[in-house]
Amino acid sequence: MALLPLTALLGGCDWIVLNPAGDVARQQADLVVISTWLMLLIIVPVMGLTVFFAWKYRAANTEAQYEPEWSHSTQLELVIWSAPLLIIIALGALTWVATHMLDPYRTINRIGHARPVPATAQPLDVQVVALNWKWLFIYPQQGIATVNELVVPTDRPLRFRITSSAVMNSFYAPALAGQIYAMPGMETKLHAVLNQPGRYEGFSANYSGAGFSHMRFAIRGMDEAGFDRWAAAVRKGAASLDRTAYLTLEKPSEKEPIRHYASVTPDLFDAVVNLCVRPGKMCMSQMMALDARGGMGNAGRWNLAALSYDKFGHEEVSAVTPGGLTQADQVFIKAYCTNNRPMSAAGMETQAPADTSILQGAGLPIPGSPGAAPPGLSVPAPTTEPTAF
Amino acid sequence: MSGTPIMTAPDQHWSFLLGKLSLDALPLHEPILVATFAAVALGGTALVGALTYFKVWGYLWREWFTSVDHKKIGIMYMVLGLVMFLRGFADAVMMRIQQAIAFNGSEGYLTAHHYDQVFTAHGVIMIFFVAMPFVTGLMNYVVPLQIGARDVSFPFLNNFSFWMTTVGAALVMASLFVGEFAQTGWLAYPPLSGLSYSPGVGVDYYIWALQIAGVGTTLSGINLIATILKLRAPGMNMMKMPIFTWTSLCTNVLIVASFPVLTAVLALLTLDRYVGTNFFTNDFGGSPMMYVNLIWIWGHPEVYILVLPVFGVFSEVTATFCGKKLFGYSSMVYATVVITILSYVVWLHHFFTMGSGASVNSFFGITTMVISIPTGAKLFNWLFTMYRARIRFDLPMMWTLAFMLTFTIGGMTGVLLAVPPADFVLHNSLFLIAHFHNVIIGGVVFGVFAAINYWWPKAFGFKLEPFWGKVSFWCWVVGFWMAFTPLYAMGLMGVTRRMRVFDDPSLQIWFVIAGIGAALIACGIATMLLQYAVSIIRRDQNRDLTGDPWNGRTLEWSTSSPPPEYNFAFTPIVHDLDAWADMKRAGVGRPEEGFRPIHMPRNTGAGVVLAGLSGICGFALIWHIWWLAAVSFAAVLATAIVHTFNSKRDFHIPADHVVETERARGQQLALATGAA
Repeated sequence: MALLPLTALLGGCDWIVLNPAGDVARQQADLVVISTWLMLLIIVPVMGLTVFFAWKYRAANTEAQYEPEWSHSTQLELVIWSAPLLIIIALGALTWVATHMLDPYRTINRIGHARPVPATAQPLDVQVVALNWKWLFIYPQQGIATVNELVVPTDRPLRFRITSSAVMNSFYAPALAGQIYAMPGMETKLHAVLNQPGRYEGFSANYSGAGFSHMRFAIRGMDEAGFDRWAAAVRKGAASLDRTAYLTLEKPSEKEPIRHYASVTPDLFDAVVNLCVRPGKMCMSQMMALDARGGMGNAGRWNLAALSYDKFGHEEVSAVTPGGLTQADQVFIKAYCTNNRPMSAAGMETQAPADTSILQGAGLPIPGSPGAAPPGLSVPAPTTEPTAF
Repeated sequence: MSGTPIMTAPDQHWSFLLGKLSLDALPLHEPILVATFAAVALGGTALVGALTYFKVWGYLWREWFTSVDHKKIGIMYMVLGLVMFLRGFADAVMMRIQQAIAFNGSEGYLTAHHYDQVFTAHGVIMIFFVAMPFVTGLMNYVVPLQIGARDVSFPFLNNFSFWMTTVGAALVMASLFVGEFAQTGWLAYPPLSGLSYSPGVGVDYYIWALQIAGVGTTLSGINLIATILKLRAPGMNMMKMPIFTWTSLCTNVLIVASFPVLTAVLALLTLDRYVGTNFFTNDFGGSPMMYVNLIWIWGHPEVYILVLPVFGVFSEVTATFCGKKLFGYSSMVYATVVITILSYVVWLHHFFTMGSGASVNSFFGITTMVISIPTGAKLFNWLFTMYRARIRFDLPMMWTLAFMLTFTIGGMTGVLLAVPPADFVLHNSLFLIAHFHNVIIGGVVFGVFAAINYWWPKAFGFKLEPFWGKVSFWCWVVGFWMAFTPLYAMGLMGVTRRMRVFDDPSLQIWFVIAGIGAALIACGIATMLLQYAVSIIRRDQNRDLTGDPWNGRTLEWSTSSPPPEYNFAFTPIVHDLDAWADMKRAGVGRPEEGFRPIHMPRNTGAGVVLAGLSGICGFALIWHIWWLAAVSFAAVLATAIVHTFNSKRDFHIPADHVVETERARGQQLALATGAA
């Protein structure tokens, strides 16, 4: 009876981390559980023995054996060092494989257990910008954007590119996949899939200042048709996210309501990553191109205003560069930079292996059995080609 | 724009005389702070009044503040740790209350500006000004006694180190009433801690408090390494050193190797904030992630700096209260050394989620797991020391058992977090908070309490009363699990750290339970203070006349309680591990004659003056009072130079005095054996 309120307490909770709605988070949750069981193999005996020895060898129990000089046993030492070692070898192997398979930079190779990604599936691109203190989601394929609302179709691979405008945040939707930091001037990636339609929550998991607690966004998962309808409805709206609108949106604010933008300036995300949304700013990619050619020497100081992003606070930046880059400045840049557009890291990602069965050992021939190599696993036949040395 | 050497936000007030300091810096609009200030001011005035009335200032100055005796400095470190512990715990309680009530649209009772300072201060204080002083105090007190030395290698440096740490703590405390503290989290990640997003003095308080305290910590590390390497009693080779001395040695090696990294990274942040460099800024090619790397290259060894000495404490306590040799001494030593080395190759596990590649993450995940092997070996060693023992369950042993059961769980959740994909869902969550409190409270804090109960009779000549100690023990252990189990659970519900308000009302019950746990811990702290008070009042009933109240095994138990200022009239000669147990077995008697004058270091006020001036310099830099910073810095240099010309650094305790002290000790021993 005493347990009743406890079960009610536990039952009433949303164990979203252990019971997520997306396949990547699902695999991560499984890993949490498997690792815990693996470690309990050694933790439980140790704790049990601690209590047992404490009870058995209490001073009052004069019956128990007492060997004050016994302090060494090679066999025991072997066990002491090798038992944890074995557990760690097992856990380490699991870690190596799982870390690579669940690398957020790697495309996903399945959308669920035993459900490979369909060959026709086109990943949905979402560009995420953490602003003080709200989330901006840009859908480049749909040409729309939202604030504090992430709408995604179920069972379709999602490809996030993530950055931040001011300070470090962490993009975390527990229902969907593990988190990844959102950092200014940098781009991180996340691949995921949502399997169950419904409403979930996402938030920043890294403290980012006064408005941090309210930096939450709604996630809505719906089927493909529903998503298309939603995107079409957003496209009919009036608001447009151009550079000016972005600069207004970027200003610190809290508890922002959900907002939709029917259109978005192309390359906005790349400009955000390169810290050059504001007119007259030099993109980091341009700065790096200049530096790669040895910089501009003393003349480079003329670029300071064009490169200043938030050093004196965002507002002061516009004060020191009232007119933006002059014609002369532009010439300098053009002279050095062949590609004058913001750099993009869009293509840099790791592809998931087509077949992971070899990683799990599934289908490998049983040693000694006459079985042939399993399908999908090409074992190169021994060749007589000379080796490299 | 580029010609602005000293960075001050344009609209900020600055005057030559007072820098940025003005009446606005006083938080008069914060009723909580005003009330706290009133209480502190009243209490402080009462304390100062009492000290003046009873005319103890002179005594404190001569016998304590200026003392170079490692035992007194050790005790002062413990007092500093305890005082700051109360402050850090008050911060914890404020957070627990805020999080328990800020539901259903309520903003709680703390503004973001206040709450964000509270959690930052809590972390900074608990690590730098509670845990560090506690372990440094223990090492200071115990190590020279354990190795049969009369003091540390550099006694004046020891006093100076202590005061630098104290001044750092004082700056953090000053930020409560003058200005503000950082609102960045305890490691002050840029760009948030940069001038663009933290233009106030909070981060500057953080920087200068840690820099000043860091000088003390680094010097104290050098001091203890020299002491352990050079001042061991004859016969005590490395593999005959007590385990606590071994863990202290490793800890101090870690301190000396890692604190310079902290100093450097904070110096770079300082340059960013004060002279406009771009090490960690967003623009001009700065790299905030470099800060994160550097600070964790210090930060991870730091947790081993804290936990290694208490591993040593548990080893001493287990062997003593089991009445037998420690199982696997050499494997314990190797485990300690392996942990020391490995603690340098795991730092990246603090930011798996910043986008390092899978191979990098796996490497650091696996090295982290590998640390659990020597740690596990240590646990087994304590376990098998208990095997075929006669375990006496005095308080130190109770704390040790509580540690073994609690720390194991903390270690397990730690290894879990070392699996990168698991960390992706648990990083920065309350699960992480529960994990590191599980190892820091279950390890460091329990260890410090075991040590206090264990070495108190050595330090003061009387045992602590067990009754209130046991009440405190149970409050702490039950309170700890009650306060942090809900945090583990909420981590699995996707609740993140440093939140001020919550939307989901189903979480509230968990925060209320955690709050009740914190209240139990508060009872644990209150009864612990009561235990000290009652024991001091009834000290005559609990006198330790033998100097060896627990049937100890190491050299500190061979001298009287409290030890004479010279520790040992003759330097002991060591033949075996557990030197004192060996002497007792062999029936080595106390020397009764042949006493000679003893050469001792002389007390000096230079440490207090230097640290005080450094504190003024830090305060001036925080508030941009450049003239004062220059003057006080020049004064620091001048004092240091003048001090080097002070040739009156030592004195001899006359042989007569030694004879007298040792005779009194003989009488005590006779009384003890007669009574027994």
